Amino acid sequence: MNSKKSYIITGTRKGLGKQLADYYLAQGHKVAGCSRGVSTIQHANYMHFELDVADEKAVIFMVRSVRKAFGIIDFLLNNAGIAAMNHILTTPYKNARMVFDTNFFGTFLFIREVSKVMVKQKLGSIVNYTTVAVPLDLEGEAVYAASKAAIESLTRISAKELGQFGIRVNAVGPTPVKTDLIRNVPETKLQKLLNQQALQRFGEFDDVVNVIDFYNSEKSNFITGQTLYLGGVVK
Amino acid sequence: MEKIVDLVIKTVQEVGYDQENQALIEANKDTLLFGENLDSMGIVFLVTDLESKISEKLNIDITLADERAMSQKTSPFRSIKTLAKYVQTLIDEEQAS
Repeated sequence: MNSKKSYIITGTRKGLGKQLADYYLAQGHKVAGCSRGVSTIQHANYMHFELDVADEKAVIFMVRSVRKAFGIIDFLLNNAGIAAMNHILTTPYKNARMVFDTNFFGTFLFIREVSKVMVKQKLGSIVNYTTVAVPLDLEGEAVYAASKAAIESLTRISAKELGQFGIRVNAVGPTPVKTDLIRNVPETKLQKLLNQQALQRFGEFDDVVNVIDFYNSEKSNFITGQTLYLGGVVK
Repeated sequence: MEKIVDLVIKTVQEVGYDQENQALIEANKDTLLFGENLDSMGIVFLVTDLESKISEKLNIDITLADERAMSQKTSPFRSIKTLAKYVQTLIDEEQAS
């Protein structure tokens, strides 16, 4: 079996997505990424698509282009996401829609299109992103947490529907990791959140990649439909 | 249109071989699909294969299972004829846009 794999990672311009792309490229794998902006990664094994993950046509074009270029898609990491911290009484409808468009519908579209390729391969692993804000029911994150709760449901049911084709679907729920996603969250809020974790520290890139590699390992071929929260957060 | 009918027939035949369904292997433009020779999973395979073939051979990206297909009185997946007609409509619209 070829030890060099093909990844699609969404949201690769910055943050965890960029780190993940760099990490897998450094290991000799092929990576296709996307973001709304221009690529920040220059590498012979990297393809970039400038798109909105909620743009159906653009997602279809990307996935078909990647299949043509790579021949196979082993892994999909639905990393792209936006956060919106706001009290429900002051959350604009437009912002709520935007959060669901990127977080939920983007994940849905990529699962649907990449699975069409994986069905034929009879093999593939998909990792979605949720958050500890779901089990902790964090105040101020109603819309963000709801969009991620929808992803957890999508993860479980698509795992059931796609299992017969050898496709596994799981989710990772990071604690706050110091990226742009949380840059506007006040320190006191973050500390309050950390206090609810069994292991009270910020998440690191290595914590997240460890779970992703665990899910994507061939040895994990009996694991699907699961959500794993970091930091000792339990539902 | 004939080209699309042929493409649909060829794709249906391939699904037929996979599913060991003689009626699909011997498909022609009047062959019935959903509810007769294909269940919902069969339709999933057909849609996936057909979208991919259209993309490869015609360089046009369409989504067959769209909201219009799901809401039509007569499902486009009823027969090869209805499916080919629907595919042609989507291709025409895509080319016009």
